Amino acid sequence: MMLARVIGTVVASRKDAALGGSALLLVQPLATDGTPSGKPIVAVDAIGSGVGEQVFYVKGREAALPFLPAEVPTDAAIVGIVDHWNVG
Amino acid sequence: MILGRVVGTVVATRKDERLVGAKLLVVRTIDPYGKDEANHLVAVDTVDAGLNDRVLVVSGSSARMAQGLKDTPVDAAIVGVVDELEIEKR
Repeated sequence: MMLARVIGTVVASRKDAALGGSALLLVQPLATDGTPSGKPIVAVDAIGSGVGEQVFYVKGREAALPFLPAEVPTDAAIVGIVDHWNVG
Repeated sequence: MILGRVVGTVVATRKDERLVGAKLLVVRTIDPYGKDEANHLVAVDTVDAGLNDRVLVVSGSSARMAQGLKDTPVDAAIVGVVDELEIEKR
């Protein structure tokens, strides 16, 4: 899983039926010092996060699991809102 | 998922039989601010996207979750056409 910040929203009215109802959010992956790391991607929101929040998201085939039994075609899903993190 | 722009089509007569009937498009990746990036990829279209549409592309084994792609040999599928994109200022 990766740390990220939600930086925007995506609206798509024509999309896979299984994606209906879930928010599509733009997330910017972060390094542990909070600076942007790599390119922003689009993730499906599984927990009700919003723009500006720090979150963690899961990548790959497992990104579809929060939505079971629906089979959602996504390779990135936001699964947690970060309250704070510490790096020793 | 990554953002891309449809820049072309692919026609292939000889292909895996599970891909017969699949619409193959060439997608150029873009950044969220709309700028074209250097990467191109071939993706199966499941939402009737057209030339120049901004699209959502799902990669890897998750692509097989898209409608009609169960058990097909694909690793990239177009699953949405972007109407609008709102992003924080840099």
